[in-house]
Amino acid sequence: MARHTTRALIGTGALLTASALALTACGSGFSEPAESGSAAGGGSLNILIGSSGDAETAAVQSAVDAWSAESGIDATVQTANDLPQQLSQGFAAGSPPDLFYLAPEALAGYAANGSIAAYGDGLANKDDFYPSLVENFTLDGQFYCAPKDFSTLALIINSDMWAAAGLTDADIPTDWDELASVAQRLTADGHVGLAFGAEYQRVGAFMAQAGGGMVVDGQAVANSSENVEALTYLKEQLNAGSFAFAADVGAGWGGEAFGTGAAAMTIEGNWITGALTNDYPDVNYTVAELPEGPGGKGTLQFTNCWGIAADSPNQDSARDLVEYLTGTDQQLAFSEAFGPMPSIQSAADAWTQANPELEAFLAGAEYAQFPPNMAGAADVVKDFNAQLESLKTGDPQAMLDTAQSNLEAIVE
Amino acid sequence: MTALATAPDAARQGGPRRAGSSGKGIRRGEAAAGWLFTLPVLVILGVFLLVPVLMALWVSFSDWTGRGSPLSPSVGFVGLDNYAEITTGGGLAERDFGTALRNNAWYVLLVVPLQTALSLFLALLVNRAVLRGRGFFRTAFYFPSVTSSVAITVLWLFLFSASGAVNEVLSWVGINGPNWFNEPSGVLHNILGAFGVTSGPAALTGNSFLGLSWWDWLAGPSVAMSAFMLMAVFTTSGTFMLLFLAGLQNIGGDVEEAAMMDGANAWQRFWRVTLPQLKPALFTVLTLGLIGCWQVFDQIYTGTQGGPGKTTVTPAYLSYESAFLSQEWGRGAAIAFVLFVIIVFFTILQRWVLRDRPVSRRRARQYEVHSTPRRKEAAR
Repeated sequence: MARHTTRALIGTGALLTASALALTACGSGFSEPAESGSAAGGGSLNILIGSSGDAETAAVQSAVDAWSAESGIDATVQTANDLPQQLSQGFAAGSPPDLFYLAPEALAGYAANGSIAAYGDGLANKDDFYPSLVENFTLDGQFYCAPKDFSTLALIINSDMWAAAGLTDADIPTDWDELASVAQRLTADGHVGLAFGAEYQRVGAFMAQAGGGMVVDGQAVANSSENVEALTYLKEQLNAGSFAFAADVGAGWGGEAFGTGAAAMTIEGNWITGALTNDYPDVNYTVAELPEGPGGKGTLQFTNCWGIAADSPNQDSARDLVEYLTGTDQQLAFSEAFGPMPSIQSAADAWTQANPELEAFLAGAEYAQFPPNMAGAADVVKDFNAQLESLKTGDPQAMLDTAQSNLEAIVE
Repeated sequence: MTALATAPDAARQGGPRRAGSSGKGIRRGEAAAGWLFTLPVLVILGVFLLVPVLMALWVSFSDWTGRGSPLSPSVGFVGLDNYAEITTGGGLAERDFGTALRNNAWYVLLVVPLQTALSLFLALLVNRAVLRGRGFFRTAFYFPSVTSSVAITVLWLFLFSASGAVNEVLSWVGINGPNWFNEPSGVLHNILGAFGVTSGPAALTGNSFLGLSWWDWLAGPSVAMSAFMLMAVFTTSGTFMLLFLAGLQNIGGDVEEAAMMDGANAWQRFWRVTLPQLKPALFTVLTLGLIGCWQVFDQIYTGTQGGPGKTTVTPAYLSYESAFLSQEWGRGAAIAFVLFVIIVFFTILQRWVLRDRPVSRRRARQYEVHSTPRRKEAAR
């Protein structure tokens, strides 16, 4: 009996040791990227998306299914809970998804460590993309990945509050002074004239209108006099009480402030139309182009691209799928399903015809800036956003000087 | 750590055998059996704790970019570069690390004493035999501890929103509550501001440590962080109450009675009799509290992601953010190891403060002097 137990124990111990060794030595977590990268293609595709909701998931799923039926290659779509983290894990483990959504601020980091394939130049419809979007995903002269769609910022106006304040279509602001005066008129008991997020991703539109920006021609220009002028203008309006940051009126973002009636106007992108339809269907609104500043028209564009992993053995079929997904028909279908604008110029007319009331968003494509996309830029923007929260009492010059020194450290 | 502690234990078990003459005899093979019994734990801890920790340590000294194995030949050794970047780099990385340390230091400084005091107080309350419905109160106080921190964080976000329940209650007494989770201003700065002090003296604002001026270090926790601190006290004091309660139940009633006979009042009995006997429990609570407070992560991740104004960034969250979101894996690992050193330092410091000291001669004499008249009194 005793001998039996001992033998069983030895057996168990041996088994544990063996399995532990197996885990350390042969686990997929430690395999070299080169091994899988050199494998022959033709397998099924894994697609990882950071979805905005069921509508987007369903639209991507049906588009991918249609492509699978056409090409005969299996593809599975997964939605990520936390896309940057899941991507990082995939790259570190050497088993990334073949195709995935990729944000421009994450591009530089992944490009630097060789995680993603620069396939943009090989696309058949390369010249159809808006040039600024191509630029958004170009690093060191290499066009990395195809922009999947894009959005710009515009001025969203609550039509009922607008009419109640005695304003007409002719009053839609075209410059900063007019914006300030209509915001003043729209500010009433219980709501402010204009509310938007306390972040560069909204404030940056004013910097663009003043003729400034973060990075111009590879140079950090965050503390330019134009940017100081933009922040000073905002600071004055915030203190006048006709502008407010969304958080200050108890909202998580501009769309919420607008939908709940805490603000008569907001500055948001295309995604607000979906939120308003779903969450605040009773709010009537008009979309207008953002007013001009001293430096002319200005807005910001936001986009994601279809990234392809450098370690993926199926890069050819992945690129084929990207061409399919960025085709005119698919882009218009996506736009109808969840709101963004097609990233290709050939779909512009059809989109405008289908969405005449949203034309202002597409008009912004002409003059939109995009947030800096070099490695480390996301941290710089985050730091700038942290400072912007106290713009009401802060010193614009000092904030921009900090952003400038942070930017200079990463721009080479 | 645990794996390291286990090995000497096993060795100690083998000790007496080695002290005995030879390896042959009736106790032969006992050491082998001992190793065999501890092997499963050693293997599991080694594979899932020691190896990953050592790999992370290597990453903190390397330029690994997050692709492929950190042990592959293409990954280079960069010495202390990652550590230098966060401590003397002079850039954003240093300032972020300084901010995270500042936030967490205030958190530890206020949460640890508060939660310890509150849990001890609760334990004393529910330990009283006269209390009706003791079971109910014990359960009620313990309940927050068993609820998931994610669920409590979400609850907290609702309670402390601009128009939430907390501000509603505050408005009953005429206080216009802050927009809790969106208020980056420091509590100490706010208090000073109420007295008209809005900027610090040049000595504080002019000099800096880890990229933050001393004036910023002294800002105190932000309003948003204060809400998290209340939450930490709320959720952990139940657990620690249980530890204190166990300690209290271990104290025999006779000691208490003896103190009563000696004429000690309730206050003296608590400070001189009960509390010293609770020292082991106190040590456990403080150690667990210190470690837990330096590792704040899930509340931040699910709640504010470090906002507003980076005032709720903690080193644990910053480490995650640097590695997974900014692709600075070496920096993330370096932050994690600095945090590890901080935790070990405070644990040792606390152990040293709470060490058993011999009774000083002055104290001892005090007792001798007192004992004579009291004995007379008793004889009378």
